[in-house]
Amino acid sequence: MLKTLGAQIKEYKTASILTPIFMLMEVAMETLIPLLMASIIDDGVNKGDTAHIYIVGGWMIVAAILSLTAGCLGANFGAKAAMGLGKNLRKGMFENIQNYSFANIDKFSTAGLVTRMTTDVTNIQNAYQMILRMCMRAPASLICAMVMSFFISARLASIYLIAVILLGGCLFFIVRRAMNYFQQAFVKYDDLNESVQENVSAIRVVKAYVRGDYEKTRFKKASQNIYNMLFRAENVVVWNAPLMQFTVYTCILLISWLGAKMIVGSSLETGDLMALLTYCMNILMNLMMLSMVFVMISMSIASGKRICEVLNEESTLKNPPQPDYEIADGSIRFDHVTFRYSASSENPVLDDICLSIASGETVGIIGGTGSSKSTLVNLISRLYDADEGTVYVGGKDVRTYDLDTLRNQVSVVLQNNVLFSGTILENLRWGDANATEEECIEACRLACADEFIQGFPKKYETYIEQGGTNVSGGQKQRLCIARALLKKPKILILDDSTSAVDTATDAKIRKAFREAIPGTTKLIIAQRISSVMDADHILVMHDGKINGYGRHNELLITNEIYRDVFESQTQGGGDFDEGGAVHA
Amino acid sequence: MPRPAPRPKPKIDHPFRLFARLMKFVLKRYGIAYLIVFIGIVGSVLANTQGTMFMQTLIDDYITPMIGKKNPDFTPLLYAIARVAGFYGLGVLSTFLYNKVLIYISQGTIRDMRDNLFSHMQDLPIRYFDTHSHGDIMSVYTNDIDTLRQMISQSIPQLVNSAVTIINVLIFMIILNIPLTILTLIMVGITTLVTKKFAGFSSRYFLSQQKDLGRVNGFIEEMLSGQKVVKVFTHEKENIEAFNELNDRLFDSAYHANCYANYLGPVNAQIGNLSYVLCAMAGGLLALTGFGGFTLGKLASFLTFNKSFNMPISQVSMQLNSIIMALAGCERIFALLDEEPEADNGYVTLVNAKEENGVLTETPERTGLWAWKHVHQADKSVDYVRLTGDVVFDDVDFGYDPDKIVLHNVDLYATPGQKIAFVGSTGAGKTTITNLINRFYDIQDGKIRYDGININKIKKADLRHSLGIVLQDTHLFTATVMDNIRYGKLDASDEEVYAAARLANADGFIRQLPNGYQTILTRDGGNLSQGQRQLIAIARAAIADPPVLILDEATSSIDTRTERIVQNGMDKLMAGRTTFVIAHRLSTVRNSDCIIVLEQGRVIERGNHDHLISLKGRYYQLYTGNPAQT
Repeated sequence: MLKTLGAQIKEYKTASILTPIFMLMEVAMETLIPLLMASIIDDGVNKGDTAHIYIVGGWMIVAAILSLTAGCLGANFGAKAAMGLGKNLRKGMFENIQNYSFANIDKFSTAGLVTRMTTDVTNIQNAYQMILRMCMRAPASLICAMVMSFFISARLASIYLIAVILLGGCLFFIVRRAMNYFQQAFVKYDDLNESVQENVSAIRVVKAYVRGDYEKTRFKKASQNIYNMLFRAENVVVWNAPLMQFTVYTCILLISWLGAKMIVGSSLETGDLMALLTYCMNILMNLMMLSMVFVMISMSIASGKRICEVLNEESTLKNPPQPDYEIADGSIRFDHVTFRYSASSENPVLDDICLSIASGETVGIIGGTGSSKSTLVNLISRLYDADEGTVYVGGKDVRTYDLDTLRNQVSVVLQNNVLFSGTILENLRWGDANATEEECIEACRLACADEFIQGFPKKYETYIEQGGTNVSGGQKQRLCIARALLKKPKILILDDSTSAVDTATDAKIRKAFREAIPGTTKLIIAQRISSVMDADHILVMHDGKINGYGRHNELLITNEIYRDVFESQTQGGGDFDEGGAVHA
Repeated sequence: MPRPAPRPKPKIDHPFRLFARLMKFVLKRYGIAYLIVFIGIVGSVLANTQGTMFMQTLIDDYITPMIGKKNPDFTPLLYAIARVAGFYGLGVLSTFLYNKVLIYISQGTIRDMRDNLFSHMQDLPIRYFDTHSHGDIMSVYTNDIDTLRQMISQSIPQLVNSAVTIINVLIFMIILNIPLTILTLIMVGITTLVTKKFAGFSSRYFLSQQKDLGRVNGFIEEMLSGQKVVKVFTHEKENIEAFNELNDRLFDSAYHANCYANYLGPVNAQIGNLSYVLCAMAGGLLALTGFGGFTLGKLASFLTFNKSFNMPISQVSMQLNSIIMALAGCERIFALLDEEPEADNGYVTLVNAKEENGVLTETPERTGLWAWKHVHQADKSVDYVRLTGDVVFDDVDFGYDPDKIVLHNVDLYATPGQKIAFVGSTGAGKTTITNLINRFYDIQDGKIRYDGININKIKKADLRHSLGIVLQDTHLFTATVMDNIRYGKLDASDEEVYAAARLANADGFIRQLPNGYQTILTRDGGNLSQGQRQLIAIARAAIADPPVLILDEATSSIDTRTERIVQNGMDKLMAGRTTFVIAHRLSTVRNSDCIIVLEQGRVIERGNHDHLISLKGRYYQLYTGNPAQT
């Protein structure tokens, strides 16, 4: 994990090295100050030497200024290194994600990826800054103060050594134990928040069943449970402050007692005693600081792991070494293709598919949910690779083509489609960055989108909100089709892309396809029989296998599933939606 | 996990009033405990300063006089140290005590606040959930509660600690030496000024950092949710370029913001050191001349105080800042708690009844026969009306916003056992009507009667108990399948659950799940298909066995075969009940006793299928896809 994260430091290596060095300088200067102060007392005040007070005082100011300079430089480089690492982590992840195949994307959920790129990066970036600035500073400061103390009086300083070991041990124990409890509690805490979320979104169900009081009781129980867990965790941490105080106080008393005896016995001077007491606070504060750093690092380990998963994930699809940039035509052939989403699953999602589609043909695909219609078409533009068998486009194995070329020639309108924030024109130009406005309008006419776009006050300059929330489902689908058409593909695949479009418009779009792009191979996945029945061929999928292939009239006679679906849609089970039911 | 949203700089109208309200909430529950904390803090600080003062006595009264003595007597020193040890012991004890009590207060307050929030939220009308984003509501439970916890358990006690320390140390410093105290105060003044300056720089950059972070996060979220589309359109390179630009800008502002924030540490520390050095020099000179009785011991104590004075001062501004941040969260928490709960003036209740000689009487046991118990306001006489499921809308007007009426003069009636279908285009008001029957919303004008009783007179809980509802978006809970079905009737036996599942055609697939009825559904039933989730929702409605049913049929999101199974389940559920159905299926519409055609909030046609077809109007148009002929 450290190696992966460390590799992202890149151009911020210098800053990362300089930060601890400057922090060390700051500490060294700071540690000098109590020592110089002891000299003021012992050689100045006690000996009545005023000049010495001025000279040493001057040195102390110099030390303070040097310390300030080093501290500020450390602060600067620390910020640069940490924020730089954050930047590079985000960049590295984003670039890697762009290379992900569909299989990679499926593995991480969108929400998971977003959290990794936002919250987790922030955690690591803050922890890194802490490590650079504190991880060196705290132990160094501790050691410096310890060395100085030994320099003053080894006998007295050994008390500190014992205190540090004892307190350090206790802190380690407390922190580890508490972390354990906290982590357990946080899991429960997330569960609780999730159940609140569930309640908020299902509030109509709760109210309809009058389950308000039931939910309240349940929540109270869960809430009390978390209270108990956090209480237990905090009860461990609560020992921190008094333990620290106890150690400091004991040290002060011991040093005072022994120091007094030594001063009287002339083996120590008063100023030294004062310096020792200052170092005492210094040492133990830094120990406390270290335990905090320890907590912070252990908290960020989980984030680090999650980030590494994204960075180390290798795309399951690779461009061939010598790719083909030319696709001859829009013919498609499946040759004994078998596909599984994960190697461990027993039943293949696609099972030994053999299929041949001529260039320019229109093929309708129909079948129940889970019959693998989408999976079948996703293999054509190599969104996934087949496990066994080969998919051919334009007569060649899809794995021989350049990925960009293939995907630009095989245009897919996905089932869960997305528009991006930006104007309609900007969205359309995803299909072809150089498309003129006329070309865009033409594509929209084909997709029957022009009619409603013209109704918008700003027409093609209308701003689409993120996720396309300000257009209706049917409008969104038509815009997505227009966007796909702008690629001028050899193969066009519509994956249930007109489900929210009324039947009349649906028919109009199909008619436009027939007339305007006759040479393009068109694959249409649909639930509605009316969307596919005029296709050249209809493919009936069932349980990952081809159940039937033929024309509408043939399938009505030969294919049971097809007949079943047809009858249920035309004889009493069909849609009663906006714009007309099936009127076969 | 919700991301912490970039927040604008908090601006609160009445911070003191808000703070007072929060303290009232805390003190009402934990007043004595908070007092103990306060006393503990004072005790802890006093013990600490006492110890520092001891340094002066140690040097001036014990060490210096003993220096050079042949046989020094250490016994008085031992006593003195023992006395200080006593103080210290008390200090440690109070520290332990107040920290321990604080846990009890902070965790308890948070728990109470959370419980209050949740239980209040449950009582809020649907309208609240319509008008507030779920993300905002959730952020109250996560972010705001968390900042509140920090404020109660850290900021306030630390602020008290700092304040007590500052006052205490200041008093002792004045006692020790006034000129040095003034010098220290001047340095503190400089620190405050410098801090303010740097904080100003820093906060300016922090604001732009928040803005840039918001942009980057927004971009990440949008692009990653559309990642598959990005791939399909081979838009990866453009994406990386756009991202890098935003990312670089974020680095720039984050670097500057952190830089200035980081400077504060060394700057404050060194001004503190400077103050220490100056005091050491000045104090050394004073002790040398013995001016104003200043001694070496006093200098030792003073220098320690000087160090312990700087820390709380620079902490105060930090703590005040985080309190202000937390108050912004508090404001949102109280805003939720101040929301008006759903009003319920109903007094007609639903009771179990038995019929003897044609007279209904109330009975405690479950008879399967229900009656409305109507206690007349005027003369306290009691009427029992049998629950049958007769619903009448009389000239109903409704608008989500009182100024924008969306349903106009709706009249309709359903006699017990009838099936009423609503059809019409999206936004015609189908769902709205069904939301009025169970009083998710209250009507503006007109009357809705249930078994002849105005529904405003019926207690909401009882009204809703008598209505079953299956929504289009099926919401299931994270619990076992068994628990999810039982949600409709909490005291249902296992047998009843099985029966309901069988009725809904759900039994078959449930038994095939890994743990059958004990399978835990996660994340809104994510491990089930859409159709299966609907079947469970139907079973949940079936087990409640309501006389009136409201169904929102699913649109074409499930495939035809599954749909037929769901349809079949729904049909069985509808048998013998008054049913209002928002229909999308031809079969449902055709088999209805009455079809209501809605258009822009008005009933434009009504009647059975044959009648409406013969009208050749909107229904005919919807049904056939041919233009209306009238």
